[in-house]
Amino acid sequence: MADLAKLRDAIIDGDAKSAKAVTEAAIAEGMDPQTLLSEIMIPAMDVVGSRFECGEYFVPELLIAARAMKGCLELLRPLLAKNGAKSAGKVAIGTVKGDLHDIGKNLVAAMLEGGGFEIIDLGVDVAPEKFVAAVQEKGATIVCLSALLTTTMPAMKDTIAALKATGLRERCKVMIGGAPITDAYAKEIGADGYSDNASSAVALARKLSSAAA
Amino acid sequence: MPIITDGAWGTQLQAAGLAPGECPEAWNLTRPAVVQAVAAAYVAAGSKVILTNTFGANAVVLARHGLADQVTAINQAGAALSRAAAGSGVQVYASVGPVGRLLSAGEITPAEVRAAFHEQIAALQAGGADGIVAETMADGDEAAIAAEVANELGLPVVLSFTFDHGKAHDRTMCGLTPERAARIADEAGADGLGANCGLGAEALLPVMQRLRAASTLPLWAKPNAGLPVLAGGVTVYRSDPLAFAEHSRALVGAGAYWIGACCGSSPAVIAALQSSP
Repeated sequence: MADLAKLRDAIIDGDAKSAKAVTEAAIAEGMDPQTLLSEIMIPAMDVVGSRFECGEYFVPELLIAARAMKGCLELLRPLLAKNGAKSAGKVAIGTVKGDLHDIGKNLVAAMLEGGGFEIIDLGVDVAPEKFVAAVQEKGATIVCLSALLTTTMPAMKDTIAALKATGLRERCKVMIGGAPITDAYAKEIGADGYSDNASSAVALARKLSSAAA
Repeated sequence: MPIITDGAWGTQLQAAGLAPGECPEAWNLTRPAVVQAVAAAYVAAGSKVILTNTFGANAVVLARHGLADQVTAINQAGAALSRAAAGSGVQVYASVGPVGRLLSAGEITPAEVRAAFHEQIAALQAGGADGIVAETMADGDEAAIAAEVANELGLPVVLSFTFDHGKAHDRTMCGLTPERAARIADEAGADGLGANCGLGAEALLPVMQRLRAASTLPLWAKPNAGLPVLAGGVTVYRSDPLAFAEHSRALVGAGAYWIGACCGSSPAVIAALQSSP
């Protein structure tokens, strides 16, 4: 029997090698990939997230755990697709136009991926049209906008305006985040939500997805 | 008496027309007069140590702007512009920021960080820097490498960390406490230790007190001078130079040897510091 407690611990500790080995063993034994994902791996990432929120984990621990999770997901993904499993939601994420900072954006993307979401990472300095295209052509249901600079925050508003102008605003939920962002700013520009860290972003995305469903 | 350093550069360059997303450090080559004017404004306001427009001028960050081959030219020019504005009575501590890839998460190797810092700091030295301030640091190993490289090149170096994470806002992004940061600075042979950005002058006080208790190095403090607020769709910093100067006195009381300001500040904030001993 594959040691599932070891898989959970390996993800929490960011031990990518062990996590991958146990996942491979579990797959070889014919374990259901969806069960593996939703009962072991996603709960393990939730532990990582809560350790971050309570100040026990910091950014490096989060990134290393997310990398271990990603290695496992790469093994599971073809099997999940074959079984026709649905992801928690499709997220288009990027740092807004004019802003090149990506540590926070990468962190949120990694945590959302670890939380079972499908990620379309648009990178940094992303023009509003690219977010529009991700909703229109790739069917993203959640748009995540990141900005580190106070000077690039207005590009978040521009992106929401572009979604409105193309009639896509109702087809997606918009989440924003980054060091200078506040809940008040999210409300002011008409975003659907704000989270102040990568772990609470997962909770917010889950809430917005279920509201949309 | 504390030594007064400078205030923010980015917002000053934006006021002169730097566009969002544009590489600020490229202006050392393309708009040198504007950059030198920022340095001169701080000297005129009373700064005795000024920094340089080189925060993101390492090869890793410049590569994002397609300027990785301009590291030496940009840094040398940046140091020379501040040097020219400084004259004889003011020192130039050249700004070295993080590479933007986390060493402690395995996103970059120590050898790559060392090579990037060596290239940048050697050029800053060639341009006339009197010292280096490795600022807004979050990762202990990265900061230590910056200090070691400056030591190898024979330049004094201050390690300045940003404490803006954790429940009490007393950890860096990578989880360092003030005590751990102090040990890293001591072990790496830094000449100064401190904190910049992240917190305002009032909130920085407990961090400064802990740095003082944990280290015998001279302390550097460059808190933010206000909180960004949105006014009519435009971001402005709501700062009060006099209140800032008052909170800064408490930082000096707690042991800050160098005092200046980070985001939200301007020459007016430095002038207020200068006139309130």
